[in-house]
Amino acid sequence: MEVVQSHRKSSSNNVIVSTLPLYRSAPPLEVRLEDFELFAMDRLRVLKGISDGLGRGKKPEEMEKLIADLWKANMRHPQANEEANKDIISHFVLRLVYCRTEELRKWFLSMETTLFRYRFRFQSSEAQRALMSEFKLPYKAVSNAEFESVKDKLGQVARSMGQTLAAADAIFYKVPFEEVPELVAGRRVFIHKGHAYVAMNQVVSLVVTQFRSYLSKALILTNRRVVGILAIVIILVDISFLVLRGYLTNPRKWTSTVREQEKDRLAPIVEALCTSYLGPDYSQENEVGEISLKDIYQIAKTSFPLCMRHLFEKVREDHHLKHGGRMQLGLFLKGVGLKLDDALAFWKAEFAPKVSAERFDKEYAYNIRHNYGREGKRTDYTPYSCQKIISSTPGVGDHHGCPYRHFSEENLRAALVRMGVSSRAVEDVMDKVRNRHYQLACTLTFEAVHGSSCDAGINHPNQYFIDSQRIMQSKDSAYLLELKKSCQVFSFALDEEPLCSVWL
Amino acid sequence: MTKEEAENGRDDMVIDGAEQANAIPDGFNANYLRIYYGKLFPHADMFKWMSYGNDGKHPACDKSYFGRREFSFTLENDIYIRFQSFNSVIELENSIKEKCPFKIDIGPVYSVDPAKRHAYAGDNVFTPVEREVVFDIDITDYDDVRYCCTGADVCLECWPLMTIAIKVIDAALRDDFGFNHILWVYSGRRGVHCWVCDGKARRLTNEQRAAIADYFRVYKGNENSHKKISLPGPVLHPFLARSYTEVLKGFFEAKLLPNQSLLSSEDRYEKILEMIPDASVASELRGRWQDNKRASMSKDDINLVRWDQLKSVLQSGKQKTQGIRRCVEEIVFSFTYPRLDMEVSKHMNHLLKAPFCVHPKTGRVCVPIDPNNCDEFDPTTVPTLSQLVEELNREGLRQDAENEWDRTSLGDSIKFFRTTFLQPLLKSCKEGIESSYNAKLQQSKNTLSWTRQGFFLTAFSPLAGKHHAWLI
Repeated sequence: MEVVQSHRKSSSNNVIVSTLPLYRSAPPLEVRLEDFELFAMDRLRVLKGISDGLGRGKKPEEMEKLIADLWKANMRHPQANEEANKDIISHFVLRLVYCRTEELRKWFLSMETTLFRYRFRFQSSEAQRALMSEFKLPYKAVSNAEFESVKDKLGQVARSMGQTLAAADAIFYKVPFEEVPELVAGRRVFIHKGHAYVAMNQVVSLVVTQFRSYLSKALILTNRRVVGILAIVIILVDISFLVLRGYLTNPRKWTSTVREQEKDRLAPIVEALCTSYLGPDYSQENEVGEISLKDIYQIAKTSFPLCMRHLFEKVREDHHLKHGGRMQLGLFLKGVGLKLDDALAFWKAEFAPKVSAERFDKEYAYNIRHNYGREGKRTDYTPYSCQKIISSTPGVGDHHGCPYRHFSEENLRAALVRMGVSSRAVEDVMDKVRNRHYQLACTLTFEAVHGSSCDAGINHPNQYFIDSQRIMQSKDSAYLLELKKSCQVFSFALDEEPLCSVWL
Repeated sequence: MTKEEAENGRDDMVIDGAEQANAIPDGFNANYLRIYYGKLFPHADMFKWMSYGNDGKHPACDKSYFGRREFSFTLENDIYIRFQSFNSVIELENSIKEKCPFKIDIGPVYSVDPAKRHAYAGDNVFTPVEREVVFDIDITDYDDVRYCCTGADVCLECWPLMTIAIKVIDAALRDDFGFNHILWVYSGRRGVHCWVCDGKARRLTNEQRAAIADYFRVYKGNENSHKKISLPGPVLHPFLARSYTEVLKGFFEAKLLPNQSLLSSEDRYEKILEMIPDASVASELRGRWQDNKRASMSKDDINLVRWDQLKSVLQSGKQKTQGIRRCVEEIVFSFTYPRLDMEVSKHMNHLLKAPFCVHPKTGRVCVPIDPNNCDEFDPTTVPTLSQLVEELNREGLRQDAENEWDRTSLGDSIKFFRTTFLQPLLKSCKEGIESSYNAKLQQSKNTLSWTRQGFFLTAFSPLAGKHHAWLI
């Protein structure tokens, strides 16, 4: 077992080579029980902040600042070794919580890798080299002779990215291309005969890939072991209840005790929750109301978010949708409450001018049934969240994706006008789009269309739908109360009503 | 995965005096297919390929390897069966002959025999472990830049788009990525598939495959978004630059531009003018072209004349903005650069049609294409099922049932497949198996020689990838 703090050299020169832990093994440290939980919460805030930043499409420079600020606000400690302890402990506690399902692992892996990437960039180049050797990357620097032979091409690559090939840092590493997938994908390296020529400043990518791969495996192992940990079960259950999806779908389960302390503790988490998607996944068919086929056409006009409106219009117009569109719209409709039989009838009817009933049954029906968990390994697929939709890549002939991101300005304006958004509001929306706040743009659209505010912000198309339906449907006090409760979940900043907690 | 319905048949094919039923296209039907699978389909070659040298002749062969490969069949009545696996060439051949699938797809090699997958529960136990890197290029993705055909039709005017796609991708796979064992296959109707079979390629993860696909990706967007090709930066990445100067530019100027008359009429040249970000430059050109007189007096092709005009305006010293100069390349790229289906390449478990299948709608065999001679490939002369059956009949019965394909037009394709692809691949696989075996022997010899005090028994478990050691 490696000791994590192998870098802590407190020599007489006070040179600390690197303060970046690699989380290779669980720390043999003593921790107070309260710290256990507090440290984890602090780190969770950092990770949620990162998730939020990524969701907004922040550029690297912005992310750098964001992460520096987040770390400073949540993880700093006047004593360096206390800070390191907190860093390590909080990571391992969160590992325990986030190892439970594939989706949680994916999220945690993604955020921790991003955090690691930026923290690595903050390190000095010596510290970086030390970390590289820690990962045992067997890559050799390119010899002078070889460098001369490929210098032109290396220069070309640098210039294609708007950089120059400074003679000073002409240290390049030759690595197999598969070790640096990000650089290859972005055409940011010269590759020849299977080797990528990686500049020193790109070394981050190498290290991050290793970190990611290690953590990915570790999470799966942790999941297999976590069953045996009893001592910290209660606290973990505490944290995990926040994190796993169950509790948010049914506010009625909550008891009404509140303690000032808990309010403070929960507030930032819940607040942060609304910005990253760990909310309801709208996958439980039973929990949502039913919608019949004939209602769909009406509610599409009033309560669908733009992305789904567009897909809906297109399928009616073209009598076809490609796979990406069928998935995005189909799962959304499932979340809205369209039953399987009605879904089959809907798609069949829409496709009818181009696809015969027989052909439909052969080629499309199976996949729809698969989406509803009736075929194959019976996975119940969850409707896509905004984050997922924004990050998709629609290609030729596709209509899925997030219009705020993927449409050209004119097309987006036209679509908003068709939705009935006033020209003043359209400008506000376009402003958000230009700053890449796609979800805020959708929120503004919601507010303009419904004439009421949505403090929670839109994080999921089905959330848009539910909120829209609530406004449309009734002024009944029961609904209002429900609305108030769900708003409390999503945005803590509201009024004096106490926040309910869900503990055992 | 989908079965297209039978459409109008050809009425000029007569075999053995029997007339064609009108419902069969180009003589595609189960009976011909049975004959094809019986005498022509190269079962043994497919088996050798998919075994990658694990034929049991060497002690280090993995005997379970072929049996862990997934095949899927689409049968006559659109019944689709997945997770088919076979333990030997005989099982494979018998199953194909018996079931007579209208389409055969090849999936990945899994960690365990797909037939036994239900016995394994939980994450990551039944999972793909090897799969060729594959690409699928379909000419329907180019519909916005070809005027001669649309949809599933292909002709000799637009087929060259596929040819240059092959050239660009093939060169990059070999020179940039260092792959050697690459098979290009005609998809039977309107596109091409590429199979990269090097061991290193087969073991790449989904993320690494996505990286390769993204490296090749230049065309982004669709009718909803704006510009689809954007080449930022003062110069192009070496891969793009090489593709442009060696393949795309020449093809665009010499072939595509005149053949598709890209600048001859207003609606066509408007599409190109739209790609110019500077409205004043675009309107300058528009002004010149709307005035037809001078152009029609010239003997040269109007498209070439106008293209030269466009280039000289965009690339003149007067243009200060980087984006304007780059526009010429962007136009060429948007018309000619390969458009890959990203989803096909990114996932190990994506099923892809097997070479030497027959396409149900055209009756054509999915034959290999030689990337070094792809200019000569003509999709309209690819052997069809009925043609092959007729050729067999013409030759009459012969004593030897071996190599019947040699008497037909399929012969050249199979010979090509064997000599240029299969044999070098198998040779390389065997060398790989031997050398890793020898390396392990050496390693265990070293381990044995170190320990005098105790005896270490080391075993290597290929699936788990671990070394176990017991002190005896």
